[in-house]
Amino acid sequence: MSRSAVDGWRPSAVQLERESYRRRQTVRSAAIAAASTLVVLGVVGGLVVSSPGWERVHETYFDAGKAVDSFPAVLAGLWMNVKIMVISAVAIVVVSLTIAVMRTTRGPIAFPLRLIGTMYVDVFRGLPLLLVIFLLGFGGPALDLSGLPRSALFWGCASLVLSYSAYVAEVFRAGIESVHTSQRLAGRALGLTYAQTLRHVVLPQAWRRVLPALMNDLVSLQKDSGLIAVLGTVIDAIRAAQIETAKDFNYTPYVVAGFLFICLTVPMARLTDWFARKQGFHGAGGMM
Amino acid sequence: MSEPTSETVLEMAGVRKAFGANVVLSGVDLTVDRGECVVLIGASGSGKSTLLRCANLLETVDDGVITFEGEDITDPRVNGDEVRSRMGLVFQSYNLFPHLSVLGNVTLALRKVHGVSSAEADQRGLAMLDRVGLAEKSKARPDDLSGGQQQRVAIARALVANPRLMLLDEVTSALDPELVGEVLDLLSDLKSEGVTMVLNTHEMGFARDVADTVCFLHDGVVHETGTPAQVIGDPQQERTRAFLSRIRA
Ligand SMILES: Nc1ncnc2c1ncn2[C@@H]1O[C@H](COP(=O)(O)OP(=O)(O)OP(=O)(O)O)[C@@H](O)[C@H]1O
Ligand SMILES: [Mg+2]
Repeated sequence: MSRSAVDGWRPSAVQLERESYRRRQTVRSAAIAAASTLVVLGVVGGLVVSSPGWERVHETYFDAGKAVDSFPAVLAGLWMNVKIMVISAVAIVVVSLTIAVMRTTRGPIAFPLRLIGTMYVDVFRGLPLLLVIFLLGFGGPALDLSGLPRSALFWGCASLVLSYSAYVAEVFRAGIESVHTSQRLAGRALGLTYAQTLRHVVLPQAWRRVLPALMNDLVSLQKDSGLIAVLGTVIDAIRAAQIETAKDFNYTPYVVAGFLFICLTVPMARLTDWFARKQGFHGAGGMM
Repeated sequence: MSEPTSETVLEMAGVRKAFGANVVLSGVDLTVDRGECVVLIGASGSGKSTLLRCANLLETVDDGVITFEGEDITDPRVNGDEVRSRMGLVFQSYNLFPHLSVLGNVTLALRKVHGVSSAEADQRGLAMLDRVGLAEKSKARPDDLSGGQQQRVAIARALVANPRLMLLDEVTSALDPELVGEVLDLLSDLKSEGVTMVLNTHEMGFARDVADTVCFLHDGVVHETGTPAQVIGDPQQERTRAFLSRIRA
């Protein structure tokens, strides 16, 4: 394969030698990594399997037949988790952005906005998510508010949104405050209003900086969507596994559910890593 | 006090600005006529940047009156955003928006403040970039430009909406010496096109060439004012002489 640049550059012999050395090094590193991983996994696996209780654990948690039987139900439940996650995530972005903007306003007129924003964050960051789900999941429908659904699904999602928005609002706020004041001044000097400066100058920069942190929260939300299972009437992956388990007290469905959750979050986590790395090189972080 | 003519663009009278106990401007009087280039000189910390920010309403004055195009803009009922949209301010540190392209920077105010359609804004933006010699960089990100190029984009951004007054705050002091020339040349061109300007600079040679009026700021007031030949060439005040000899040394 011959390489040539616009200016007719061809790599010199020295450069070609350097490149082939680097390729050999890459192959060698990969081989070493693979070998050491196999050794570690072998040792750990050997220890687990040779432990005295392994026989019983194997039966109740890793029953292949039970796994196959329960798989469709748990997978259907997981689809519910995905739906909960997507809908909640959209609502969380809207609510948290509003709170973050409220908390970063200036001037005495906006004091009530800052106060409400701060109180909201304080309350919902302090309450354990499980508690919010219990309170709203059972209490929400009982309120019988006109115009709002009474389903456990709705109130479960509402709990996730309220709780997560408090955290995500703080992420957004940190992002907004990380944009240097000179950027706001430049916006205002052009005649943009406060709101226009926020919309066209500050938020686009803040957004880029906090995206890796937000994606991390999204991975977390994906798992926490399973907590809605405690309401009993929303059949998500965990609730489905619980139902399957109750048939014969074999816990394999829980392992299946755990495995499926990991399958769901791993790509998300890799995407987050990739994005964070990309930001590291090309982000707006180091520009001031 | 003389009656301002219809040709007066900006008039400051008795402008005071303090930050806590630090009285930066204690009573500044300044008049800028249409097409005039006023150069502010003065020691570091004498309040040159503060004066420009007050004129642009980015700082609220503590006392005094600023009249812009016949309107008292220090009146609290005045819409500051609207006033700022008729002025152009260029910062020492460029302050370009890193998330927008060069053209995006130049056209943002046209699109969002002046209600110009995207197509027309792009056309005017490109013409302005061509004017500052950077048409081929329109798609680049500000961070990929040299300092002198960034500052020329910042000037284009401030100039594109045809401001009645350009305020330039030490636009060359962050630049490497070999890049200063390209920005000063651009300012000389603007001056000969009749753009009304107030600028701060430490470049005395440039001030001599381009200024119609030089104002020496000291102790919170305009201590000495006149043509460059008078103020820089033959200063009457002791303080002015001391300042000039210090920066020439
Ligand atoms: N936002 C602010 N808050 C408090 N003090 C300020 C603020 N801006 C300026 N000052 C003070 O006002 C004084 C004048 O500052 P200014 O930036 O106007 O000076 P300058 O003449 O532009 O100086 P330089 O030539 O170094 O740019 C300084 O003492 C500075 O510390
Ligand atoms: Mg200054």
